[in-house]
Amino acid sequence: MFGRLTIDAFPFYSAIAASGAAITVLGALSVIALITYLRAWRVVLFDWVSSLDHKKIGIMYVMLALVMLMRGFIDAAMMRSQQAIALGNEGYLPADHFDQIFTSHGTIMIFFMAMPFLSGLINHIMPQQIGARDVAFPFMNAVSLWLTAAGAGLVLISLVIGKFSTAGWSGYPPYSGAEYNPGVGVDYWLWAVLIAGVGSTMSGINFLVTILKCRAPGMHLFRMPLFTWTVFVTSILMIFAFPALTVACGLLALDRTFGMHFFTNAMGGNMMHYVNLFWLWGHPEVYILILPAFGVFSEVVATFSQKRLFGYISLVLATMAIGILSFTVWLHHFFTMGSSADVNSFFGIMTTIIAVPTGVKVFDWLLTMYRGRLIFKPPMLYTIGFLVTFVIGGLSGVLLALPPVDYVMHNTTFLVAHFHNMIIPGVLFGYLAGYMFWFPKAFGFKLNETWGTRSFWCWIVGFYLAFMPLYVLGLKGMPRRMEHYDIAAWQPHLIVAAIGAFIILLGIICLGIQLAVSIRDREQTRDLTGDPWNGRSLEWATSSPPAPYNFAILPNVQSIDAFWDMKHRGVAYQQPDRYVDIALPKNTFIPAFIGGAAFVFGFAVVWYIWWLAVLALVGITLAIIIRASDDETEFVLPAREVQTIEDARFAKLAKAPRNEMVDDPGFAGGSVLEGST
Amino acid sequence: MDASGLPVERSARPYLIGLGLALILTAIPFALVAANALPRFTTLVIIAVAAILQILVHFRFFLHIGLRSTPLENLAALAFAAILIAFMVGGTLWIMFDLHHRMMV
Amino acid sequence: MNEGASATIETAALPFAEARKYEEKAFGFWVYLMSDAIIFALLFATYLVMLDNTAGGPTGQQLFSLERAAGETTLLLLSSTTFGFASVALAASNRPRVLQWLVVTAALGLGFLFLEFGEFNGMIAEGAGPDRSGFLSAFFALVGTHGLHVSVGIIWILVMIGQVLAKGLTRPVASRIMRLGLFWHFLDIIWIGIFSIVYLPGLI
Repeated sequence: MFGRLTIDAFPFYSAIAASGAAITVLGALSVIALITYLRAWRVVLFDWVSSLDHKKIGIMYVMLALVMLMRGFIDAAMMRSQQAIALGNEGYLPADHFDQIFTSHGTIMIFFMAMPFLSGLINHIMPQQIGARDVAFPFMNAVSLWLTAAGAGLVLISLVIGKFSTAGWSGYPPYSGAEYNPGVGVDYWLWAVLIAGVGSTMSGINFLVTILKCRAPGMHLFRMPLFTWTVFVTSILMIFAFPALTVACGLLALDRTFGMHFFTNAMGGNMMHYVNLFWLWGHPEVYILILPAFGVFSEVVATFSQKRLFGYISLVLATMAIGILSFTVWLHHFFTMGSSADVNSFFGIMTTIIAVPTGVKVFDWLLTMYRGRLIFKPPMLYTIGFLVTFVIGGLSGVLLALPPVDYVMHNTTFLVAHFHNMIIPGVLFGYLAGYMFWFPKAFGFKLNETWGTRSFWCWIVGFYLAFMPLYVLGLKGMPRRMEHYDIAAWQPHLIVAAIGAFIILLGIICLGIQLAVSIRDREQTRDLTGDPWNGRSLEWATSSPPAPYNFAILPNVQSIDAFWDMKHRGVAYQQPDRYVDIALPKNTFIPAFIGGAAFVFGFAVVWYIWWLAVLALVGITLAIIIRASDDETEFVLPAREVQTIEDARFAKLAKAPRNEMVDDPGFAGGSVLEGST
Repeated sequence: MDASGLPVERSARPYLIGLGLALILTAIPFALVAANALPRFTTLVIIAVAAILQILVHFRFFLHIGLRSTPLENLAALAFAAILIAFMVGGTLWIMFDLHHRMMV
Repeated sequence: MNEGASATIETAALPFAEARKYEEKAFGFWVYLMSDAIIFALLFATYLVMLDNTAGGPTGQQLFSLERAAGETTLLLLSSTTFGFASVALAASNRPRVLQWLVVTAALGLGFLFLEFGEFNGMIAEGAGPDRSGFLSAFFALVGTHGLHVSVGIIWILVMIGQVLAKGLTRPVASRIMRLGLFWHFLDIIWIGIFSIVYLPGLI
């Protein structure tokens, strides 16, 4: 009836595990309590959970990402503190628990922090940047969100019922196979990743079709903002790389659940093929993570240098080059698995080549700043911090690209330092910059800049302290994922690294305070025009927050930096004579139901509760059939309602004719609203 | 396949031609294997060529993919998928057979 | 949208937004099929990597049957043709013929599944199931995934038969049938790969 689920699954065997479970349960209960206290169930369910609006879906994705950032950071803090003290002793974390922690840290940060963060920013902003009203497939968009949430749910519930995987975020067999890990941990990991992966593939399809088919009139491909270009290439990567993950994890699941022999030690298994399949996905994945961040940096650097982005064509071509090359380098993740020199050299050379287009981008960003009138708001600080720090990580990457060098450094903390050096200043700073840059657009008021600046300094100082010692340790021979060690010379570095982690914690606290203070002060920082930064692209043409339909009349694009061009031609804020009816997707609970059923399915398969798994699958199938038979999925917003919304917007605009950047010391002027009545 | 996503093909002819060609391109490799008449390598080459030709027959006569009638983005997606399949499968085979050779795994 | 049985599904008469919707759905589905092609390509690669990993167990030579593979191939190929006939009837808004050809297609597909099920059952009964060796795991994963897709396709055909009966040949229904057609033809193309890479070379 309950498969292999018994009372032993609850973590009463360890105080630390029990407190992890307690925090998870308390966290969930407090969210429920808060919504009840605010009497917000109606709003939460009928305006958000059932929404197909890309802007709301985007916000929910970012909320998931920020929550999981904290969850993944707790893992990091535990690892850093363990390693700081565990010289010649076991520290405070038993090995099995430590292994679960490094596994969940990587899994959460990649799949449930970075992917939702980029999906959220893309969801909210990209359709607005191309002058569209929504993504091409709003229903599928919501399904992607709820599938990602289902995967996150499986990782979270593994803290309460059962254990999580100890096989690392990459889950290599045969260790992750049934023979060495018969318990539920790896199964939780597999199904969380598989379910979220389906969501990501669907998002890739959605974004690609949106960009190719839903652009406003005149928005030629080579007039799109750079963020949209990076989204375009990212979505191609998502579509073509995630199938490899589905195959790798799917076959591993078949091995574990049905006793097959894809990756087993005996009976004809070939575990090296898993490594090959996993990294066929894994390498494009890191470009999926970084390219939207590069897009954010392009937008931020142009806006806060008050200058047109330098080298548009080269940036586009570099993005495309990165996209195609990302499929040709995957073996560099397993140089040491034993391939011959020919194979290793080919992939080593391709890896050094892929560094070149990113270098082109760095120069383009620097040249955008050159002779610009720089404004050092938090998104720009994160961008400059990225430019300095990411290059170091890139250099360590080019070092690792050489197979003989990699033989010495593979699986040491040098590698750990390298990829965090790419992900934190690259991916995370990019998304934090995007979060702060686009927050006013999404919510109608700005984030507090003092706390944003403080968060930046904590993050960058904390990053250097946490990870530079790891480069040194790697060169000194320290392997990654060590629960304890005997070499005294390593400890000072690990203590510095732990201090760095603590400073990052302060950075996260600053982000939290920033949000609280901003909400408290929101009336003073209202974005009345929709264009708080004197922006260049079309998302700044909508109100903040935008109307459900984004644009009442689809814009007619005539140039790169479409909105900047419209402002300078004097057509940015014109009210049309007539409005038209606008069709919008109806809300529906089916995507959330599918996500919930996917969660139940994953949980049931993990615990071998077969009847429940079948029931969940049947439920998903029926939901899809019901939706596929529904021909009335849209409602029409009548023109007079559109008029009401637009009139209110223009009334607000009249109260705030001056551009909000005017008081900023670095502001160079140039908004059409300056001086108008 | 045209851009519309709605049915346009009014004649059964392409499907009948496609069926005929596909049957021939299926019968040849099956017959060769049944008869066991040619050396192994030659048979494999003929199987491969017949398969590729039959896939093209399916593209043309069942999916109505044409260089002029099919939208560019559909053709681009197909070409991109084909290139990536070549990299991923080709790369996998190169890597795994190289490893096999070095390790007899 | 008023359509008599004799009206045809012309896109020229559609309002721009609605026509674009069907274009987007068709293109999006095509892109999904490209991602599915990658999954199959990697399953083919896995099969080739594990071709010799028979772990002392049965090989393809011992297990495969040329006649059954020929039967499965013919059934699937015919079903692609009959689906083509259904699309032609759809373009001509001929509702009874659409239903008829959809039913025939589903029946041929079920025939294919029946043969395949028999094959799998037989192999498992004689100890050559997917848990016997790496080679057999790869075989069952590749051919089984294809069979799973065919099963989903048949369920989809049944759903479309239901929709045609309930709603008639409206444009949304027609658009869904076209996507189903892309799916069905795609599966026949994958099958060409399967008999050319799995069955025929295994039986030389």
